[in-house]
Amino acid sequence: MEHYTMNLNLKVWKQKDQHAKGSFKMYRVENISSEMSFLEMFDVLNEQLITAGEDPIAFDHDCREGICGMCSMYINGKPHGPWQANTTCQLHMRAFQNEDTIVVEPWRANAFPVIKDLMVDRSAFDRIIQAGGYISVNTGNAVDGNAILIDKDNADNSFAAAMCIGCGACVAACKNSSAMLFVSAKVSHLALLPQGGPERHNRVINMITQMDKEGFGSCTNTGACEAACPKEISLTNIARLNNEYLKVSVVAEK
Amino acid sequence: MLESKIPAGTLEHKWTDYKGHCKLVNPANKRKLEIIVVGTGLAGASAAASLGELGYKVKAFCFQDSPRRAHSIAAQGGINAAKNYQNDGDSTFRLFYDTVKGGDYRSREANVYRLAEVSSNIIDQCVAQGVPFAREYGGVLSNRSFGGVQVQRTFYAAGQTGQQLLIGAYQALERQVALGNVKMYTRHEMQEIVIIDGKARGIIARDLISGKLERHFGHAVLLCSGGYGNVFYLSTNAMGSNVTAAWKAHKNGALFGNPCFTQIHPTCIPVTGDHQSKLTLMSESLRNDGRIWVPKQKGDTRKASQIPEEERDYYLERRYPAFGNLVPRDVASRAAKERCDEGYGVGSSRQAVYLDFSAAFERYGATEASITGIGNPSKEQIVALGKQVVKEKYGNLFDMYEKITGENPYEVPMRIYPAVHYTMGGLWVDYELMTTVKGLYALGEANFSDHGANRLGASALMQGLADGYFVIPYTIGNYLADEIYNKPISTDHEAFQTAEKMVRERLESLMNINGTQTVESFHKRLGKIMWNKCGMARNANGLQQAITEIQQLKKEFWSDLKIPGSINELNTELDKAGRVADFIELGELMCIDALNRNESCGGHFREEYQTPDGEALRDDANYMYVAAWEYKGDHYWELHKEPLQYDVIKPTQRNYK
Repeated sequence: MEHYTMNLNLKVWKQKDQHAKGSFKMYRVENISSEMSFLEMFDVLNEQLITAGEDPIAFDHDCREGICGMCSMYINGKPHGPWQANTTCQLHMRAFQNEDTIVVEPWRANAFPVIKDLMVDRSAFDRIIQAGGYISVNTGNAVDGNAILIDKDNADNSFAAAMCIGCGACVAACKNSSAMLFVSAKVSHLALLPQGGPERHNRVINMITQMDKEGFGSCTNTGACEAACPKEISLTNIARLNNEYLKVSVVAEK
Repeated sequence: MLESKIPAGTLEHKWTDYKGHCKLVNPANKRKLEIIVVGTGLAGASAAASLGELGYKVKAFCFQDSPRRAHSIAAQGGINAAKNYQNDGDSTFRLFYDTVKGGDYRSREANVYRLAEVSSNIIDQCVAQGVPFAREYGGVLSNRSFGGVQVQRTFYAAGQTGQQLLIGAYQALERQVALGNVKMYTRHEMQEIVIIDGKARGIIARDLISGKLERHFGHAVLLCSGGYGNVFYLSTNAMGSNVTAAWKAHKNGALFGNPCFTQIHPTCIPVTGDHQSKLTLMSESLRNDGRIWVPKQKGDTRKASQIPEEERDYYLERRYPAFGNLVPRDVASRAAKERCDEGYGVGSSRQAVYLDFSAAFERYGATEASITGIGNPSKEQIVALGKQVVKEKYGNLFDMYEKITGENPYEVPMRIYPAVHYTMGGLWVDYELMTTVKGLYALGEANFSDHGANRLGASALMQGLADGYFVIPYTIGNYLADEIYNKPISTDHEAFQTAEKMVRERLESLMNINGTQTVESFHKRLGKIMWNKCGMARNANGLQQAITEIQQLKKEFWSDLKIPGSINELNTELDKAGRVADFIELGELMCIDALNRNESCGGHFREEYQTPDGEALRDDANYMYVAAWEYKGDHYWELHKEPLQYDVIKPTQRNYK
């Protein structure tokens, strides 16, 4: 692969804190290698700003290998940028050309207030999990792992849902800021396993109630979430969530 | 000073006897006892959840925005357990033996045996929580192989085992948060330990959003803050992973065990340039199917595809015919370095070797062709079928490789090079996981105890969860049983005030340096010193130089550091500065430890001590001990030795040939 260097114009959202009014600010970076990751390009910019005595841009990041779910930039109108099935930290600069202007914003959703610049507060997701995203089993209660036989397809589908990294790209992509893909991934992960059976009714009701309470919008099935998801969590999970929810609210005793 | 508190009795009965005789705390008293847990990775989340379930009042802290982000999440390959589901001769004893041998006989027998003993319970617990492990068509759990082992005992969830295990522990933790048993503090970083009358009684934490300092009381404090690989700047650790919590404990009297024992993982994506901020691992499981090679000719600049088979040197298969590409990590890393140092490296930097799957494509393709009944298939057909099989097994890793390098590993071999991955050293703990400070515990990678001088693949997840789910719930009771008479101490206590004042002054002195160089630039320089002189190969001369260089770097750091912004706000540069300041001090201790250990063992390779064919040469007569360092003041440590006694296993020269 041929490597090249580029100069770029960056239009980045700056916001002092949750209550301040934010605005875009233009920055210029030069001699960026196509081999760098997008966040390494931000590292270069921040080093430049610190040396010049300016305030660096605050952004969330940690593992930089696409699994922790901490990075969260909205790049050129897309959560995590132009590549499919990708997180911001795994986006590399060969996706861009010399003299491109790149617009970078935080996740925008009422339920994810901006903390500073590109950092947002996603603790609403933790509270949704607290509402029922678990199996109630204390340490020490378990039977032998092979005592529970699980159909391979169910295990595989459960795993595919459990791959969700909780980054919030689905919410950021949705015109309604709905968290349905996130919630459905957790409901599916646990509903597809026999261990998740005993609590499946309460789980779906409680998680949806909490989701609404947090101020996430409704789902209108446009599928923007699935398209933006770095782990390709399928829209089928939302169908499964609706199915679970309907069964409980219409048929089940609880 | 070092009382390891290993229970008497035969190896197989020690843990059972301990559990049968340790003190208990009744449920009513548990509600009155408060425990602080720092870090929410596998060890921290499992400990916080389990202790909350028992009824203790728990406060858990993490610097990330959610406990689910802790770096355990990035573990790829799997978790070991002595289930013997494959009927291939596995047992608790074998897992114990492999771990002690893999660690090059520098770990404690009793601890490792307990680890092997509880390994099965971990799998059961995780399955009960809904961890979606890989399964066979019959519905049973699936296993695979890992390095340094001849049985299949690794449980996995594709290439995301750490993620799935952590989410299991995270969910258990959030359940306890919902029940009110655990209070969670995210975006908080521990800055100091509070010690009252010789016992750990709390911490000073900094709210990373407001910058405010907070005081938190606990009857006991658990450090589950992970390893310190980021001392090398470049490592497979997350950007935020740091040694600060452990280092504060160390400076307050907790001894640091075997700091120089670092694991360099053989299969990582090579460095591309000075901009590089971190390195990415390609799972060890790839060595099940990939073959590692370099050209036979020095400085060969041809593309891999243009180098014919007979001009390729499959050096691991050549040197270690019995284990081949599946030798333990330390051995594989050193062999790669040796080839590159000799001038056989590939890629533009010449600091890489090939990990090639073409043989696997053909092998799997031929089987697949036979299954699907394709008679007389062409080579192209076979390779295409084989690629499909490999994609199912390692698809996510191949995708990750392509995203980072821009090269398609189905078409050209991967280029890999060793990188810092894990630290076996850590806070010295006794059998109960207590440090040398009463009431202060260290769990998971933060302690030194189970992996000796080299950790085997898929054992870190096992140890983190063993400590959190199955060890600490018992051992902490043995301590807290005597604490039921002690009411919580007010955070107005003088010790809290003094600790907070220390932290404030330190933050102020960092801010007041007002120099010209950024935190990042100091961290990079520290990393280079450590990698070049205390990395995969070390020698006395280099280590002495490194110590001088680090001391100078420390002076420069404290006189020319530049941090923007202020203390009472979100300031990521200030957060980093505190961590790097601690890394600099730790770096010096690592070099001192490496210089003291005049032998080679596991990941610690002193060039002066090797066998004629370049293998690590141990010195059991003089160095069969844990080096536990006591902090005595700036640049000054005192060495304490815990002799290692092998009652069951007879240490031999490790042989993977």
